[in-house]
Amino acid sequence: MSVATTTARDTVRIATGKSRERSTGSLVFLGLLWFSLFFGVMVLVVLIADTAIAGAGRFDPALVTRYDSTLFPERTGFRAGILGSLWLMLFTALMAVPLGIAAAVYLEEFADSRRWYNRIIEVNLQNLAAVPSIVYGLLAVAVMALIGIERKGIVLGGAIALALLILPVIIITTREAVRAVPEEIRQGSLALGATTWQTTWRQVLPSAVPGIATGTILGLSRAIGEAAPLLMLGLASSVRFDPEGLMSPITALPIQIYGLSSNSQEAFQDAASAAIIVLLVMILGMNALAIFIRNKFQRSW
Amino acid sequence: MSHNNNAGAGPSLGAGLPGAPISLGRKPRPVESAIKAALFVSAMLSVAITIGILVALVEPVIHFFAEVPVGDFFSFDEGTRYAVFPLITATMVTTVIALVVAVPLGLGAAMYLSEYASRRARKYLKPTVELLAGVPSVVYGFFAVMFVTPTLLQDVLGLGVGFTNALAAGLVLGVMIIPTIASLAEDAFSAVPQSLRQGSFAMGANRMQTTLRVVLPAALSGVAAAIVLGLSRAVGETMIVTLAAGSQRNLSLNPLEGMQTMTGFMATTAGGENPVGSTSYNTLFAVGLTLFAITFVINMISIALVRRYRQAY
Repeated sequence: MSVATTTARDTVRIATGKSRERSTGSLVFLGLLWFSLFFGVMVLVVLIADTAIAGAGRFDPALVTRYDSTLFPERTGFRAGILGSLWLMLFTALMAVPLGIAAAVYLEEFADSRRWYNRIIEVNLQNLAAVPSIVYGLLAVAVMALIGIERKGIVLGGAIALALLILPVIIITTREAVRAVPEEIRQGSLALGATTWQTTWRQVLPSAVPGIATGTILGLSRAIGEAAPLLMLGLASSVRFDPEGLMSPITALPIQIYGLSSNSQEAFQDAASAAIIVLLVMILGMNALAIFIRNKFQRSW
Repeated sequence: MSHNNNAGAGPSLGAGLPGAPISLGRKPRPVESAIKAALFVSAMLSVAITIGILVALVEPVIHFFAEVPVGDFFSFDEGTRYAVFPLITATMVTTVIALVVAVPLGLGAAMYLSEYASRRARKYLKPTVELLAGVPSVVYGFFAVMFVTPTLLQDVLGLGVGFTNALAAGLVLGVMIIPTIASLAEDAFSAVPQSLRQGSFAMGANRMQTTLRVVLPAALSGVAAAIVLGLSRAVGETMIVTLAAGSQRNLSLNPLEGMQTMTGFMATTAGGENPVGSTSYNTLFAVGLTLFAITFVINMISIALVRRYRQAY
């Protein structure tokens, strides 16, 4: 090997920095980063595989069409829980979505962020988004006491708790969607003589709908998996009739799963595993819908 | 932040903004003002919720302390029915285990996404990491009881742990908060100006050195905010610890033992038969207020840290 070629190669190495990127330390570091990135995914795969295998024997129509049964553990079903979760979802959305969008629109389009009260709202929202979900359960208990409803474990109470819980999420994502609408659209509308509200209602909000829908669905998918606030409201894990109205006692899928997991009978454990897969499918379905809406309808300006 | 800040000087916004400097063609618009007021009320609702939480928690707590001596609540005695410190130490144990898992993994994932991944790869990798946040906590709890404790801890690692133990709960809790830490830390890393990296490369540093010695220190307050928010999540998480950590008050710091956390106590108490207004029912709120106070302080620290790194660049 001649001196000239060695020098040339060294020059190339120094210029591209390749040798330094390929030192043992660097490669180990990169490997560790890869590991941290995929560790979570590995856990998720193990979780789903383990649960699906345990629940494999229970993927039958009885799982979703029958009520829970203590006498026939191998035929126990989650009809009440699935219907209860869907009802909760509906009323949670009815309460949280209009309020959340209104608050977000105020903060983005009307509020002067230099004012002290608007800044309090701002900090408060960030804080609310991180309040433990179980505390929202206690708040909903107090709200129910305030409006004088003593019945425990009903649709209304659960929906209030979940609506309070996802309100900050909806506000934060709606604000991002509204903020992404370019300023020129507002100025064009205002220049034509529209008021701020007309501009917001006719220009900004329609453009922000995909972002708002995505945020709302993600918020609801978080709500559907929550059990802790519903436990505070006294939702029972065994209800053997369909929900009939706002005052109807219900159960929810996560609550039924929680109820069964403390039961040591194997048939119940398998049923709980199958119910977990049902719950995960619902949540992943909602997430997929959110991603679909985002990719399909979101405009880049 | 608000659009009105930069557009405020324009004449067209005068209608919606009382007190705007120019009032060209400004008419009284009652509907407009009413709508603005309604929107303001919706936004203020978030403040009302916070106040509502405080009132909702404080009132039963006053009743509670009328019946139970303050010393019985703030007590380390495991045998006392109302002692809160054994619950707090248990929360600390599970939280510390969770952070030991989630901080390195979350920061590692964030470093890869921000410093190594191409823009296209990031588009697919980020939602994958965030998928972990979508799994309901009751599912994680079930997984901890059905898989982590019997298979991983007892069979594979051969640890002499019971059916419920703090270790399994903490480990799974850690997995749950990885996305929280990864996502916020990635924001912090991405906010570090490109010029700092270029300077580091120009000095002959490689990617690893740049990441660890330039980007990480520069993003430190944002990284701290991410960790603190993860901590808050771990403290407030309920279902995993209720299912996996156990339901006995235990002052021990040994993670192999079962112990009841604050949230675990609340879930168990609410699930049991406790008539509204009874002392045991009010304990729920006393512990709830303690939990809210702890997470409130943690969240405020996180918010302050985020503000600091936003100001820096």
